[in-house]
Amino acid sequence: MPYTMTISPDFKPELIAGWYIFNTWLQKKIDTNIHINMVNDFNELSKTIDSGSIDLIYANPCDIAKLVREKSFTPIAKPVGCQDETIIITNSKTSDIHIESLKSGLKVAQTDVPDVNTIGMIMLEPADISPDDIEVIPCSNYITVAKKVINGEADIGFLLADAYGEFTKLVKNQVQPIITSKIHVLHHALLAGPNFSNIQALQEAVLSMQNDTSGTGILKSLELEKWERMDLDEAEFLIDLIDTLSP
Amino acid sequence: MQDMKPEDLSSDDYQEFQLKYFDGSERRVLCSDVETEFPDGCLIVSRTDLEGIITHVNKSFVLMSGFTEDELIGQPHYILRHPDIPPAAFADLWNTLSKHEKWHGYVKNLRKDGGYYWVYATVIPNIRNGEIISYTSVRRKPSAKKVAECIKLYPTLF
Repeated sequence: MPYTMTISPDFKPELIAGWYIFNTWLQKKIDTNIHINMVNDFNELSKTIDSGSIDLIYANPCDIAKLVREKSFTPIAKPVGCQDETIIITNSKTSDIHIESLKSGLKVAQTDVPDVNTIGMIMLEPADISPDDIEVIPCSNYITVAKKVINGEADIGFLLADAYGEFTKLVKNQVQPIITSKIHVLHHALLAGPNFSNIQALQEAVLSMQNDTSGTGILKSLELEKWERMDLDEAEFLIDLIDTLSP
Repeated sequence: MQDMKPEDLSSDDYQEFQLKYFDGSERRVLCSDVETEFPDGCLIVSRTDLEGIITHVNKSFVLMSGFTEDELIGQPHYILRHPDIPPAAFADLWNTLSKHEKWHGYVKNLRKDGGYYWVYATVIPNIRNGEIISYTSVRRKPSAKKVAECIKLYPTLF
């Protein structure tokens, strides 16, 4: 029976082909059958993790605690130089764009990406705004967040900074950033479930991806430079950090 | 830990205090009124061992404290203690952590140059197999309103 891999649903849609190619490369490299099961959102991901049907996952930092501590997943690798930073945007017509000028009752457009929303709320703390003081405008993706802000349906929006960076000029001209996090320590990670029997081969394969031509091409298609080993201590540190940031 | 030196200060206008710490040690600290504002979007992250000795710092910690990383690693976390913070606040911190719970509080930290910066601090015990093995602390930009409340409250707690 093949193993099942899933990718955290906050991956960029244009990278979906890259993940399928990565899976094909990995199966060949470690001589193991792996099936990809893409999920649509974090709610579906949570149910899928709870069902025990996932053996390999590229996970959001906020899911790593559950995977490691409750589901006995093993950290394998993290992408080099890919930190999750959050940006808060507002409409380009807004004149006062200081965090401290924001008031309770704010309408916040946000996706269901947990680390982006956590950091977004932390960046509102200097304005004395807590989760109880905002009205969440749920969005299915980052471009919808921008649209809600542009249309005036939301006062501000939480985005992954990388996603904002890739907006078209047309979109960027209609919004403006208020603040960008500079945390440098939150990142996604590749983890293997307790039933995955070939962990050493898996780790060796991904850590040496940049050394073979096909691996380099796949890394490029995933917009990754290379993978770096991630051990349990580092995962635990990341989990502790997320714990301190959680409300 | 060494006493603070006037030549390290950013201002000639300072006050001198003798701080006594929980482990019995003492240190002369020199405090100025020069505030360093917490940079937007940053988090100060550190870890200590069970004795409160710093084992990990991030770049924001180095930047805000005014120390180098080498100067911080191996030092007790109370190297940042400002005399304006009442000992009761730290007693509450350690009491909370000993119960395996998360602690939050507004803290005025002392810089190497005698200046200060306010933070909203969260500290958690790092628990492995039911035992606390270390502590993680994250400090972020505080609300100005909450800091103003603390400036009024803390002198009453000594």
